[in-house]
Amino acid sequence: MSRSPRAEFDGELTNLQNEILVLGSMVEKAISKSIEALRSRNIDHSREVIEEDDLIDTKQDEIEDKCIALIARQQPMATDLRQIVAFLHITVDLERMGDYAEGIGKIGLLMGEQPPLKPLIDIPRMCEIANDMLRRSLDALVKRDVGIANQVLKDDDQVDGLYDQVYRELVLLMVQDPKTIERATFLLWTAHDLERVADRATNIAEQVIYLVGGTRGLTKSSRY
Amino acid sequence: MPNNEAVLSVRDLSVYYGEFRAIKNISLSFQANKVTALIGPSGCGKSTLLRCLNRMNDLIPQAKVEGEVVYSQQDIYDPLVDPAQVRLHIGMVFQKPNPFPKSIFDNVAFGLKINGLTENIEDSVEKSLRSAALWDEVKDRLNESAMTLSGGQQQRLCIARTLAVEPEIILMDEPASALDPIGTLAIESLMRDLTERYTIVVVTHNMQQAARVSDETAFLMMDEDRAGYLVESGKTDNIFQNPQDERTEAYITGRFG
Repeated sequence: MSRSPRAEFDGELTNLQNEILVLGSMVEKAISKSIEALRSRNIDHSREVIEEDDLIDTKQDEIEDKCIALIARQQPMATDLRQIVAFLHITVDLERMGDYAEGIGKIGLLMGEQPPLKPLIDIPRMCEIANDMLRRSLDALVKRDVGIANQVLKDDDQVDGLYDQVYRELVLLMVQDPKTIERATFLLWTAHDLERVADRATNIAEQVIYLVGGTRGLTKSSRY
Repeated sequence: MPNNEAVLSVRDLSVYYGEFRAIKNISLSFQANKVTALIGPSGCGKSTLLRCLNRMNDLIPQAKVEGEVVYSQQDIYDPLVDPAQVRLHIGMVFQKPNPFPKSIFDNVAFGLKINGLTENIEDSVEKSLRSAALWDEVKDRLNESAMTLSGGQQQRLCIARTLAVEPEIILMDEPASALDPIGTLAIESLMRDLTERYTIVVVTHNMQQAARVSDETAFLMMDEDRAGYLVESGKTDNIFQNPQDERTEAYITGRFG
């Protein structure tokens, strides 16, 4: 027996969500790899991150096309509608996170073989937390769990705190020794990219809150 | 008439056809100059509710109405109220276009003539046909039979006929279900335009149509005893984006049953 149109639609929504998880995992790997390449001065890996961003962009286009096709064919209402709208937003956020990884890849190339300014500790830590937020925001999506989503929103403060710390340290280094300015600026960009990755993870968490309850989560002004 | 004011209120309404209770304990208000859509599965009592709003159920033997339908501070089921007067103020357009086998002009003039409103009848007919967005298509053939019109034109003619007696409220029972997409579009745009002067209550099976044309939506369902009841009503945006009742959610997303 063939499946009912409703069952078919449910299947397509599930497939779409799975595609988003695939995209999320591609992005997460790109972010880790960009930071690891930076830390270990692996220019080849930095270059790969830059090249692989095209795959992320293609995946985003595919998911968006599927969302648009579903809207056109199914004319979704209520939860179905909120789900597809949330999927579209999340896909855009993930793609942009991929761009931050690509940016860090480019910084890797710029820094090249230059001696490290200082051992990278806080930046990998920021990367770890931001990626964890990304994973948990997608976990909240799969489980439709507002509690997990709200926790992701709160965890953004940790990343912001680390960013402030890195910023102050790097400014101090630059003031003490102007020869460090170029390399310190590269690291500052990197930290800023990671801070933005965490912000995007909170966007995803907010989309989950919207999807589940039809209402917005904490407003941005109350978090920044 | 200012907005956000109820022109018509149903209070604890139940309708029986003989022993069978068709709808039970429905309370609902209709806002002035708004389109309210009644949606719900077949048999849930949408049309019964609609027909109660201008005493059209009086025409069905054994139909009994309990509760109140308040219009202009008066229960229209009060024994002192003349149903013909109610229908002058609260007109109805049906699912299938039902023009009389008369000329286009006479169709629109009909209600005016039987109510003795024969002064400036040509002006009134033109005004009604213009309001129903039909004038330009029929102005050169007013004496032709209404049966020569297309389905969509016939339905707009029926709307013009309803408008001629200048009602305050127009009830529409699936007004576009027998029409093609172009005819449907014409009726839907007309409904939006008509809210400048009229209040509209529309029964529709087409959820997208309800979402497109209405300001308020009421969702009805059938209980185990087959009596229709109100599940949820509110702003159309809320009902279709974020319904509060899971039965509404199930119905509008097609997961019903």
